[in-house]
Amino acid sequence: MTARIERPLSPHLSTYRVTLTMALSIIHRATGIALYFGTLLLAWWLIAAASGPGAYANVQAFTGSIIGKLILFGYTWSLLHHLCSGIRYFFWDLGYGFKPNEREALTWGALIAGISLTVLVWIIAYTVGGGR
Amino acid sequence: MSGPRSMRTPLGRVRNLGSSHSGTTDFWRQRLTAVAMTLLIVPVIVIILMLIGRNQAGAAQILGSLPIAIILVLFIVASTWHMRIGMQIVIEDYVHNEKIKLASVMANNFFCIAVALASIYAILKLSSGV
Repeated sequence: MTARIERPLSPHLSTYRVTLTMALSIIHRATGIALYFGTLLLAWWLIAAASGPGAYANVQAFTGSIIGKLILFGYTWSLLHHLCSGIRYFFWDLGYGFKPNEREALTWGALIAGISLTVLVWIIAYTVGGGR
Repeated sequence: MSGPRSMRTPLGRVRNLGSSHSGTTDFWRQRLTAVAMTLLIVPVIVIILMLIGRNQAGAAQILGSLPIAIILVLFIVASTWHMRIGMQIVIEDYVHNEKIKLASVMANNFFCIAVALASIYAILKLSSGV
């Protein structure tokens, strides 16, 4: 008979006070999951462009609707936030930015850059095409 | 933690990507595809902005041009590979039932490969002008 060994468990999420880097870590994963399913939109759009005018018009009807625009806006932010947040991980992978003020600065930088770039892309989108 | 009969040191056992020599493959590929997408993101966004407001004929013409098709194919390969690894990490973190985990990892692979091949096929079709 082997008795079940009660090994110590590491404390889970709810034990810790929420910090900025922790929140952004969760958001990084959440935006990654959103982008995973968002790729379907990209695939649908490419397949429609290859299929013909009717299929492409369906995509444009969707991307032109309020819900479609909201999803696209969320997709843009998820992509650009995940990018900026990911660049932050490159710094850490290379061994830089581990001091408390540095990691806070990197994390704030990623958050602000992600939002700024999203707004910038949408301003350009409206200037170029007058919306979708 | 080396076995009683092994003379190898713990360091020796994990050198060269670990005991199976492939331990950090996914970690490395995740970074490799991330760097690739960081380089490709600006041209990809420019391409998408170029397509705004165009009809199917206009979009097909732009997507069919060689440099644009190549950039998009590279981006699709990098992104679907990246998301396959990322989702597998998420599954392994949260799904603890072995059978469900196995099925989820398999479905993840199918999904990513299907999205990649469907998108690449569409671009190749646009490039050939059929």
